[in-house]
Amino acid sequence: MSDSPVDTSKRTWIITSGCVGAVGAGFAAVPFVSSFQPSERAKAAGAAVEVDISTLKPGEKVTVEWRGKPVWIMRRTPEQLETLKKVEGELADPQSARTAFPTPEYAKNVHRSIKPEVFVGVGICTHLGCSPSDKFQAGPQPSLPDNWQGGFLCACHGSTFDLAGRVFKNKPAPDNLEVPPHMYLSDNKLIIGEDKKA
Amino acid sequence: MAEFKEVSPNASAGEKLTNWFENRFPSAFSAYRIHMSEYYAPKNFNFWYIFGSLALLVLVIQIVTGIFLVMHYKPDAALAFASVEYIMRDVPWGWLIRYMHSTGASAFFVVVYLHMFRGLLYGSYRKPRELVWIFGCAIFLVLMAEAFMGYLLPWGQMSYWGAQVIVNLFSAIPFIGPDLALLIRGDYVVGDATLNRFFSFHVIAVPLVLLGLVVAHLLALHDVGSNNPDGIEIKGPTAPKDAAGHPLDGIPFHPYYTVHDIFGVGVFLMVFSAIVFFAPEFGGYFLEYNNFIPADPLTTPLHIAPVWYFTPFYSMLRAITSEMMYALILCVIAGALLGVLKGKLAGLFKAAIVGGAVVVSALMLAIDAKFWGVVVMGGAVIILFFLPWLDHSPVKSMRYRPTWHKYLYAVFVIVFLILGYLGVQPPSPLGERVSQVGTLFYFGFFLLMPWWSRLGEPKPVPQRVVFAPH
Repeated sequence: MSDSPVDTSKRTWIITSGCVGAVGAGFAAVPFVSSFQPSERAKAAGAAVEVDISTLKPGEKVTVEWRGKPVWIMRRTPEQLETLKKVEGELADPQSARTAFPTPEYAKNVHRSIKPEVFVGVGICTHLGCSPSDKFQAGPQPSLPDNWQGGFLCACHGSTFDLAGRVFKNKPAPDNLEVPPHMYLSDNKLIIGEDKKA
Repeated sequence: MAEFKEVSPNASAGEKLTNWFENRFPSAFSAYRIHMSEYYAPKNFNFWYIFGSLALLVLVIQIVTGIFLVMHYKPDAALAFASVEYIMRDVPWGWLIRYMHSTGASAFFVVVYLHMFRGLLYGSYRKPRELVWIFGCAIFLVLMAEAFMGYLLPWGQMSYWGAQVIVNLFSAIPFIGPDLALLIRGDYVVGDATLNRFFSFHVIAVPLVLLGLVVAHLLALHDVGSNNPDGIEIKGPTAPKDAAGHPLDGIPFHPYYTVHDIFGVGVFLMVFSAIVFFAPEFGGYFLEYNNFIPADPLTTPLHIAPVWYFTPFYSMLRAITSEMMYALILCVIAGALLGVLKGKLAGLFKAAIVGGAVVVSALMLAIDAKFWGVVVMGGAVIILFFLPWLDHSPVKSMRYRPTWHKYLYAVFVIVFLILGYLGVQPPSPLGERVSQVGTLFYFGFFLLMPWWSRLGEPKPVPQRVVFAPH
């Protein structure tokens, strides 16, 4: 060690090269962070799913897998469709106006579907992604209000949805259940993942 | 290079060997002295002081059993569940190794919660031990990440849906949330990519961070010295010392506390073994029954709950409904008013408080309750980091605090346990109300601490530690 004072011009260069090195480290991090993204294979998966609903009886629900998510197809009875009007006052977003999970134009109606009786929805709660369970039986029961008309209950955090997948007020889930893009190929042939616009 | 020490030619072979090593690796010898034979710890430690050593023991159990589990486990969504069952049924003694690991996870949290409560009781986070406490809180946070990622690996229903819920917590963050959740999952739903990366984090990345933090926690502790149940500094400038400068109220860690801790280890291992052999599932609390069903992305189990050690925080998440947001906004406004009226602060600072409160209230109205639930859950852990600056009590230890402080701490513990209980229960209207009150109490306890910890008359603190030789 010499007693000579610090050479400030050298210090400037040390700072400069340190900054350049930090930028380089930032660039080096790009491939590593990028590798967290969905792979090309994961992106390619997700083809549309065809469903035949001819055997679906009124009041029944089937679940099909689309992009790894459960998609529900339910044929509602006329009585069940009646309940949709009764609960309207208790819903957070009865008109499906919110845009976090945009409801397609053809489902922006009171029954949230193309055919009034056939509901197609993604069975994933908009709160934290559990799959709600069927609570079609009306009347008081555990975890449900006494004036329950039938619908879906997410057991994880207690969000409740009516039979059109619309969320009730003051529940953890902010949005109605997502309606996936879908269309009818024929009267009983449904395709999920594609619609007429696309 | 340091001087070479010579030993007499007549010395024993052992002495010569020791000398040979000491000349070539002196730092190992000084580390032994600094951290073991000449680390003076207060002589009045009680049973609360066992849990630090026990946490280290559980860490070792987890690492060793983990190494052996990785030899048989397959981190693949198609194979993972079956490979865990293979370990349980076909690998010789595999069931024992796996049960030690799964029980170890719960034991880790039991021990760490008690260790943290000890710190709370005796003011172990107070000056000069702030960093010891902060490293400890970081260990707690990292441990939660480690436990959460490990829980996905058996690929059962609870693994799958638990991960789905927690990863979706991140998607509640405005603007960047959905992309962040995508980056964590590596797919549009929890899947093979998620399992693989969680495996990598669980066995490599997080344990390395954990070990680093444990080392920092211990080094910082040994630099400032251990606190004790009386909250008196035994190494301070006025503390009594012997001729060699060692504290009179301290005893070397080795052999005194090594022997003391081995006794604690014995008791712990009895309880631990009893659980491993007789109740490894612990009534569904350590291993949830739904996790014996393979992951099914199409059906959520009717009742899902996290493992017990997350449930107090999970309750707080569930407590934040849009109704609760109004209560929280009221709290923010009340807090700001209190700061403006009572705080001894500059005018500019007060204006900043008012401005901040207005902005926060507006955001609380604008952003979904879901996001604030996540903020509350995260905040419940993060707030612990600030404890050294929240506590303004004139004395450190609970022993010399006003008696009503003891009752307040008792209520805090009860509230925490109730929150934990509600977190394993299915949601109910009554449970929701209780957990909302509990959440407010939890945060009130910490946020109002600068005020209430000053109240009341502390009892006189003795000059020397209280110690009765047995």
